[in-house]
Amino acid sequence: MPFTSNVAMLWDFLKVRKKWWLAPILLFLLVLAVLIALAETSALAPFIYTIF
Amino acid sequence: MSRPFHVLGISAFYHDAAACLVRDGAIVAAAQEERFSRRKHDHRFPRSALAWCLREGGIGATDLDVVAFYDKPWLKLERLLETYLAFAPSGLSSFLTAMPLWLREKLWVGDLMGRELGFKGRIVYPEHHQSHAASAFYPSPFERAAILTVDGVGEWATASWGVGAGRRVDLRAELRFPHSLGLLYSAFTYYTGFKVNSGEHKLMGLAPYGEPRYAQTILDELVDLREDGSFRLDMKYFNYCQGLTMTSEAFHRLFGGPPRAPESPLTAREADLARSVQEITEEVMLRMARHVRKETGERHLCLAGGGALNCVANGRILRAGVFDDVWIQPAAGDAGGALGAALFAWHHVLGRPRAVVAGRDRQAGSCLGPAFGTDEIAAWLDRRGRPFHRQPDGESVETAADLLARGQVVGWLSGRMEFGPRALGGRSILGDARDPSMQSRLNLKIKFRESFRPFAPACLEADAGDYFELDRPSPYMLLVAPVRPERRRPPAEAAPRPSPAVPPVARIDIPAVTHVDYSSRVQTVSRETHPRFHALLEAFKRRTGCGVIANTSFNVRGEPIVCTPADAYRCFMRTGMDALVLEDLVLFKHEQSALEESPADDPWAVEPPDRATHRARGGARRFGVAMAAVLGTAGAVALWRGRAAGPYLAGAGALLLAAALLAPRVLGPVERAWLALAGGAAAGFARVALTLVYLLVVTPTGLVRRMLGIDALELRADRDAPTYWARVEPDGPGSRPDKPY
Repeated sequence: MPFTSNVAMLWDFLKVRKKWWLAPILLFLLVLAVLIALAETSALAPFIYTIF
Repeated sequence: MSRPFHVLGISAFYHDAAACLVRDGAIVAAAQEERFSRRKHDHRFPRSALAWCLREGGIGATDLDVVAFYDKPWLKLERLLETYLAFAPSGLSSFLTAMPLWLREKLWVGDLMGRELGFKGRIVYPEHHQSHAASAFYPSPFERAAILTVDGVGEWATASWGVGAGRRVDLRAELRFPHSLGLLYSAFTYYTGFKVNSGEHKLMGLAPYGEPRYAQTILDELVDLREDGSFRLDMKYFNYCQGLTMTSEAFHRLFGGPPRAPESPLTAREADLARSVQEITEEVMLRMARHVRKETGERHLCLAGGGALNCVANGRILRAGVFDDVWIQPAAGDAGGALGAALFAWHHVLGRPRAVVAGRDRQAGSCLGPAFGTDEIAAWLDRRGRPFHRQPDGESVETAADLLARGQVVGWLSGRMEFGPRALGGRSILGDARDPSMQSRLNLKIKFRESFRPFAPACLEADAGDYFELDRPSPYMLLVAPVRPERRRPPAEAAPRPSPAVPPVARIDIPAVTHVDYSSRVQTVSRETHPRFHALLEAFKRRTGCGVIANTSFNVRGEPIVCTPADAYRCFMRTGMDALVLEDLVLFKHEQSALEESPADDPWAVEPPDRATHRARGGARRFGVAMAAVLGTAGAVALWRGRAAGPYLAGAGALLLAAALLAPRVLGPVERAWLALAGGAAAGFARVALTLVYLLVVTPTGLVRRMLGIDALELRADRDAPTYWARVEPDGPGSRPDKPY
């Protein structure tokens, strides 16, 4: 899931749909999606949780 | 000669996931994932179904030109978020349940196609109701037609209407969430103790046992219905926006108690509730149909969406004569969205012409799934030592007719599996429709389901008019018609009111396929579409004088319809069926040993594409290198600081690096265990993070919007509005097929 392309998609979605009030929620959700994807597929994930 | 053009249609993530392959506009293959995974209403990404579709088409994923996904996921997420904003801080539990699935896969269809199939080409996203509309119009036998789609909810739309003409499908108006006829029906399904998204047809079957005692209450309190079929629901009676149930406490108070506990005895109250909501549903659909006819001026109607599986309402629209003819997509629910999306991409998006043969649809009897040859089935039975009789040249058909005429129950696997929820003679359990005990025998000893549920008649097309008040073919079992009056025997004056617990018997000469109100869900069978099934009906008629048999799907309660001969054999052995006909092979129960087959013995099981191949080539190697880097760094730091653990950490890192470079397979189990640990940690982390997002971002935003009087869901009824139909904007999401929003 390339983060930059999804941020671009998010921006386009907000622009096309004119739903700017959803921007903060979607941004948080997008960051969370990337973290979850990393966490479930990366060997480094358990180390990340140990750090946090 | 140019290379053929392939479109793969996919529906997934909600009810019935499915895949469909279209080659140069012709439907090559279509199947639901549940038939392969053996998990009823399987909603997961249809890995096996699409693998089978590609195999059936003789192509690989690299030969695909377009993939069409049946809805716009970002628009659905928008609707979900707007709903949370309208109800927050209520809705946290729903948010925590829904969001992880969205963040993991529902939003990333393009990535998923790349990961699963290695597909990097064009992906088209029709709107949910565009997919339904396309599934209804493009395979229909009409050059042009009005289209009506009704379901629970797609992105925002819950019902829509428009016109199909030539290669285009144009939707003109829609009703929007949360005002949904499908969800109203599901609310009553839930309230009467059936499972939402699968028990709706039970509610429809229960309705004729009841009286419409609550219909006026529904109209007065729940639904603000307009003459044109548009409506708004009073959301104080429902809980599906913000909770994990369908109905609210206000609903329970209105109808006099809590929902029926699943599996508890059915009473007249549930039957009355079923009848009431069924009558309202029919009334709404009839008004919608009249409105669509008036607005479009079209003579023909195409229907799809889960609401179009309400065959009682369909029959009423037909008999009311609103349209000259009606065609209903047999896979009217979400599974059919895969087919609709693929055809939408081919005709509407790519602009390819559509050829119509008058009087013939393109659905091929909905026999679009896998088929199996007599020889391969015989070889499989031989290998397992199962006794069978090979009866070629139609002999097996004659044997089956003999067995049915003697009152026996026959499992029947013939030709391609059906696409859609109805068994139409490809994967059916058959019985004698004249036998008064057949309904309860089939229900209780073979299907293991509620005794009140009726069976459908499969009838020779030419004979249908002799049995039913039906003036046209009904090949997909989607029209309910009354049995002709001369075949009825009125109940005795003193007969008690029939109840779901004690269904009536022998009030007609085909009692096994006649409901308590003398109605039947008719399947007419033609020689052109189903030659072998037609031959069976003719053989049965030669013996009995009756061209009707009872036809029910080849499965038991809670299980998907069988797909392979091995599925059919397992079902046959677990139930009270007397015989099984697998193409030209006949098996008798009394000749079989009691040995059970396990699903692992199925040589026809479709393996989904090797996800590991696409997702993580060399995954174990990368895992080993990453772990070695972390441990090596930790070891180096420890050595530098003079800690005793340093050499051990560095040594472990070196070992992992060596394993990763020389024998990465050894690391496979370690990698899986490590990632399982990571998955668990991620789930916990996600729950905490999502709770914070809901309380700190969603709730304040929602409260501010509500204080400003913004009502994005249009929850309030507007008594002055002439209609609740909302115009579909020509430059709206439906005009952007390449965007998932």
